Amino acid sequence: MRRRASITAFVMLAVMSATSALAVEPDEILPDPAMEARAREISAGLRCLVCQNQSIDDSNAPLARDLRLLVRERLQAGDTNAQVVQFVEDRYGEFVLLSPPLSWRTVLLWAAPLFALILAVWISVRAWSRRQSQAVATAPAAPLSPEEEKKLREILSAGDEKPSA
Amino acid sequence: MIIELGHFALVLALLVAIFQMVVPAYGAHVRDPRMMAVAEPAAMCQFGLLLVSFLALMQAYVTSDFSVANVAANSHSTKPLLYRISGVWGNHEGSMVLWVLILALFGAAVAAFGRNLPATLKANVLAVQSSIAVAFILFILLTSNPFLRIDPAPADGNGLNPILQDPALAFHPPFLYAGYVGFSIAYSFAVAALLDGRIDAAWARWVRPWTLAAWMCLTIGIAMGSWWAYYELGWGGWWFWDPVENASFMPWLAGTALLHSALVMEKRDALKVWTVLLAILTFSLSLMGTFLVRSGILTSVHAFAVDPKRGVFVLAIMTLFTGGALALFALRARDLRQGGIFAPISREGSLVLNNILLTVACATVFVGTLYPLVLESLTGDKISVGPPYFDWTFGPLMVPLLIVLPFGPFLAWKRGDAYAAAQRLAFAAVLALVLMAMGWAFIHRGPALAPFGLALGVFVMAGSISDLAWRARFGSVPFAEAWRRLVGLPRSAIGTALAHFGVGMLVIGVVATSAYREERILVMKPGEEVRVAGYNLTFRGVAPASGPNYREEVGVFDVTRGGAPVARLEPSRRTYDMPPMPTTESGIHPGWRGDLYVVLGDAQTAGGYAVRIYFNPFVRFIWLGALVMFIAGGISLSDRRLRVGAPGRARRIAVAPAE
Repeated sequence: MRRRASITAFVMLAVMSATSALAVEPDEILPDPAMEARAREISAGLRCLVCQNQSIDDSNAPLARDLRLLVRERLQAGDTNAQVVQFVEDRYGEFVLLSPPLSWRTVLLWAAPLFALILAVWISVRAWSRRQSQAVATAPAAPLSPEEEKKLREILSAGDEKPSA
Repeated sequence: MIIELGHFALVLALLVAIFQMVVPAYGAHVRDPRMMAVAEPAAMCQFGLLLVSFLALMQAYVTSDFSVANVAANSHSTKPLLYRISGVWGNHEGSMVLWVLILALFGAAVAAFGRNLPATLKANVLAVQSSIAVAFILFILLTSNPFLRIDPAPADGNGLNPILQDPALAFHPPFLYAGYVGFSIAYSFAVAALLDGRIDAAWARWVRPWTLAAWMCLTIGIAMGSWWAYYELGWGGWWFWDPVENASFMPWLAGTALLHSALVMEKRDALKVWTVLLAILTFSLSLMGTFLVRSGILTSVHAFAVDPKRGVFVLAIMTLFTGGALALFALRARDLRQGGIFAPISREGSLVLNNILLTVACATVFVGTLYPLVLESLTGDKISVGPPYFDWTFGPLMVPLLIVLPFGPFLAWKRGDAYAAAQRLAFAAVLALVLMAMGWAFIHRGPALAPFGLALGVFVMAGSISDLAWRARFGSVPFAEAWRRLVGLPRSAIGTALAHFGVGMLVIGVVATSAYREERILVMKPGEEVRVAGYNLTFRGVAPASGPNYREEVGVFDVTRGGAPVARLEPSRRTYDMPPMPTTESGIHPGWRGDLYVVLGDAQTAGGYAVRIYFNPFVRFIWLGALVMFIAGGISLSDRRLRVGAPGRARRIAVAPAE
């Protein structure tokens, strides 16, 4: 029964965070449109830590609101975008970044697409050239001998006469 | 009583499935026609029993029989009939019954329409198909039985999550499962061919219609889910790169690649080994999707209730079927003879490139989805892989795919002429370049790359029109003659062009709405007016209302454009009775230019309401594009040459020596 209750709580939490009526509230918006645009850009890259795969820009969870306000506070204090992101990362860890920075832990992640592409092209080219050389190998190498030429002409001329007859 | 009958039918279906798994396969091994012949009636019988089982469960939902634990946990007596029915698959146990029902339906369809299949292949296919059914019926009976009773029965049920009470979502799971499960046919054919040790172009001819049907269902299923997220979740997002979305997207990418490689195999007898591998991988990815959603290892709004035992069971099924098929592939692939050769610039070459890019894109989504899970289990480090990662990796892979796509249909098999293809695409290319230049000249906001993305979409759309025009010889023969030729084109050619046209629409929708979305967030008091994207919105106020199982506050907005009334939008905030949950219903004014999208927020202490207004340009192209792809698939499927049971040509090819 206890598990049942925790499942219900889990589902409720998931649903509550998914049905956000509003994420960014009107009272959070900064007076300077350029700075607000920067805040939005930063928010879209920060994860709402209590939600399911949502950025703080999309979530109405109280924590997301706190983080949005924090981002705007830092911007008003004169931080650059990178400084704001660093500030949040220092507090909440790398998990908060929706785009994981390149490090020894993520090098495989970022290299994977390029690696897969090179691998796929390499395999295709190799398979293709092998097929090509096989096809060449099985093709008749030597030209026809005089006897064969004669036989071929006979067959062809026989084919020509029959239908007309 | 009826529910016990359903339970009993499910157990019987398991026994029939075991029989269908063992006897025909053994019969195919010892070449006994009588033992092979039992596959057909067994497949029909299995489907019939599962249908009884499913209808019994549905009956319990429709009549709100709360003595059934599953109904009590997931339904409620005040729910409208549609949602009492869709509630059957709105939960883990019921959705698994639907899953095996669709599996058996595909098996029965092979039995019914596959009259021209060689006997051993058919017996093996139905046996493999049935082995999947055995695994999943066991899974249902041992870990997720929906037919259990509770005593005493509660007076009423817990209800279905209100955000799931929606028409698009009612039909989203059946289509999605039909897509996932439909790929099981391609898998069964692949394994059967490996067991048989022989495979030829006719194999691809039989597999293609099934793959196409599954792909259509998956396409429309994913699109419905995206459409639902757009209007229901209340911030106008349509794709989140959520792990569970990715779980459905990976089989789609692999299935799309499979459709194209099977085409090469059918027409040119090439890419056999690859097509067989892709058929195995596509269904394996479908199984992985099932595992990810039901194991609870992903935290997602889509995930079903967590139960480790279920996760381990599905993981075992997945390992068995993927690992078994891959082991068989490793043993037998060497024996598969390869067919026709081709020059790099040819129809085959373009389809190989399509396969490379789609497979790499699929691998990228795979790595991005599973990397955080693997990293955490290995090192304990938690990282997030979100939309920015996929934008950076998946996006660039789509660019070459879209540039090359229109060239493919213009290239001849075996050896194509790239220069001639480029000439035929000149109109499409010039149109795209002019629009791109205009975009850079006149649109002064949004990302600089956005006009390039839009131009790619236009190029693909115009390219597919050029394809049809060239095939019908518009311009070189009189119009009436060209029109006659166009109508007389093979349906598969029309389907191909139309599907590619849909891809172009989708690209335009995605790029336009991502790059040029407008947004206003503000507090509005009744009588106030605001201007967004050329529309004037006047807030009239908020009125209470109520529905069958909810109460709501409805905001009223009058929309005008240039003084002329356009629409009245009524976004609302609902509170459902059971379970008591708040949801938002957005108010949307659709249009060709884009959607005006209004969401009502909280009442403010200082008076007025928080309001969020979006203008999403061309957003409908996303789902219209998917719908066009779905219809295109249907047109292709109706082609006589591809028709599921088409006798004649298919039979002649089947009889022809393969090597």
